[in-house]
Amino acid sequence: MAYLAIVLRRVVQAIGLLAAVAILNFTLIHLAPGDIVSTIVGEMGGASEETIAELRRAYGVDRSYLEQLGIYLARVAGGDLGTSIYYNKPVFLLILDRVPATVLLLLAALTLALVAGTALGVLAARYPRGWFAAAVNLVSLFGFSAPVFWSGLMLLLLFASAIPILPPGGFYDVVAGAQGLAKALDIAHHLVLPATTLALIFLALYSRLARASMIEVLGSDYVRTARAKGLPERTVIFKHALRNALLPVVTVAGLQFSAMLAGAVLVETVFTWPGLGQLAFESILRRDNQLILGILLLSAVLVTFGNLITDVLYRIVDPRIKTDG
Amino acid sequence: MAEAGRSPWQEAWAVFRRNRAALIGLAILGVIGLVLAVGPLLYRVDPFDIVGAPMTPPGDPDVLLGTDYLGRDILAGLVRGGRPTVLVGICAAMITTVIGITIGSLSGYYGRGTDRMLGRVVEFFQVLPALLFAMVLITLFEPSLLTVTLAIGVVAWTGMARLTRAEFLRIRQLDFVRSARAIGASNARIILATILPNALPPIIVSATLATGTAILFEAGLSFLGLTDPNVMSWGLMIGSSRNYLREAWWAVTFPGLCIFLTVLGISLVGDGLNDAFNPKLRQR
Repeated sequence: MAYLAIVLRRVVQAIGLLAAVAILNFTLIHLAPGDIVSTIVGEMGGASEETIAELRRAYGVDRSYLEQLGIYLARVAGGDLGTSIYYNKPVFLLILDRVPATVLLLLAALTLALVAGTALGVLAARYPRGWFAAAVNLVSLFGFSAPVFWSGLMLLLLFASAIPILPPGGFYDVVAGAQGLAKALDIAHHLVLPATTLALIFLALYSRLARASMIEVLGSDYVRTARAKGLPERTVIFKHALRNALLPVVTVAGLQFSAMLAGAVLVETVFTWPGLGQLAFESILRRDNQLILGILLLSAVLVTFGNLITDVLYRIVDPRIKTDG
Repeated sequence: MAEAGRSPWQEAWAVFRRNRAALIGLAILGVIGLVLAVGPLLYRVDPFDIVGAPMTPPGDPDVLLGTDYLGRDILAGLVRGGRPTVLVGICAAMITTVIGITIGSLSGYYGRGTDRMLGRVVEFFQVLPALLFAMVLITLFEPSLLTVTLAIGVVAWTGMARLTRAEFLRIRQLDFVRSARAIGASNARIILATILPNALPPIIVSATLATGTAILFEAGLSFLGLTDPNVMSWGLMIGSSRNYLREAWWAVTFPGLCIFLTVLGISLVGDGLNDAFNPKLRQR
């Protein structure tokens, strides 16, 4: 019961936060020089005073800032994100169209980074003085320090050009036109490089975190107790130590969602991956304001959602919180 | 325990000095700093000038590191392109540090309502998609080094605020803060002169690492072309040459290597500082 109340309060807070984000976004676009009408007139190659006034009325930009903001918020609250001026399609549909590719990329990268990062970190903690720990340290330093778009390009150079075993970009092979399982495999084939690139940054972070917290946990009393009562080493590591060592990793993984989205923008650009990041970049360059507003809001929703999920996961992973029911 | 006559800072330096990785990092930064400082004076080729045949491979005596798809000198770009990247990185990190310390110290020192209110502000900026938001800021208002710096500074300070808040929460209940309050020191004095100096070690570590993050951020924005197009920078070089990756790998590889080495140097020094300031590790 208490738990439900906490979740409910957090949802209410999240909605308030998202409303604030929407207001800030709208205000920024409003403050920027030039509006939708000047864009249209620019593309028309100029227009008469009356046409401009008429357009301003039609798009509602002749009203005051507060009026426009009110209209925008009411519209968004009703689920209408507006129409893209470039595509002349509802923003919501455009975004929906790109969500699968980005979610696929993020999930693949996150899974890869979490599994590989934790495994590397745990092994490095188990044998802290060997060459393996040093190698893990090197990999994590690389992940931390290399710009993600550059490591992506270097991987392209290596695995699509020098040793051409992977496709250089895109979502699937349009020419081959495979269907069903073959298409899924084709997408997976295209996913390898972008997902690896994105995973590299977070792999570094997770392996370090996992190693640090594993070293701490392995030195704790209950691990000593577990060993003293003669449990096999495997049980000690996986059942007693790992679960506690995972806590900080899970927390950070959730909080890293915003950074992952940022990484996705760059990785999608490098690999021409048709996701949200690419759509965002294009809409920003085209000053497609409704689309920009929609994507910014949706990203904020995603990040908020990620934080909420982290909170829930945290309670599942942490045995102490779980017993409280 | 501290030996007589050595300040905590001297002691930290003694630990730092014995850290091989940190010294390597410091050496990398020293070399890069030197090249960026005097390189443009010694190597006077304009990075926007066309100096040779397009895509000349490296090794040519005239253009040592080759040319890009327009025939512009890569070495000239490397020597000059580091300045804006590093400068923006340092300034943006300074902005994040100042905002973060201000919000974090007020939040941690006053607690209660102030803490709750500022906590909301921090949460708000955490929810904003940082890169996208910075991209919008930069395109809406003229792309220039100043807007890029401000955009990075404004979106990236929440980590510093959280860290400072935690430090203030911990330190404010220690005895020496209580005695400062007992002898009637003002709040401002306690915050600035009593607590802040003691909170500095982790803040310095975090500010160092923030510089690396800001440099990567700047490089990403320049790579996307969201920067001043008239100022050569490492990220811009990679962005403009990336479509010729197969034909001229050097035009993409070398600038990226420069960014990588710079951030690597900063990370190594940051880690070294962390170990040096951390009394737990010192005892090992």
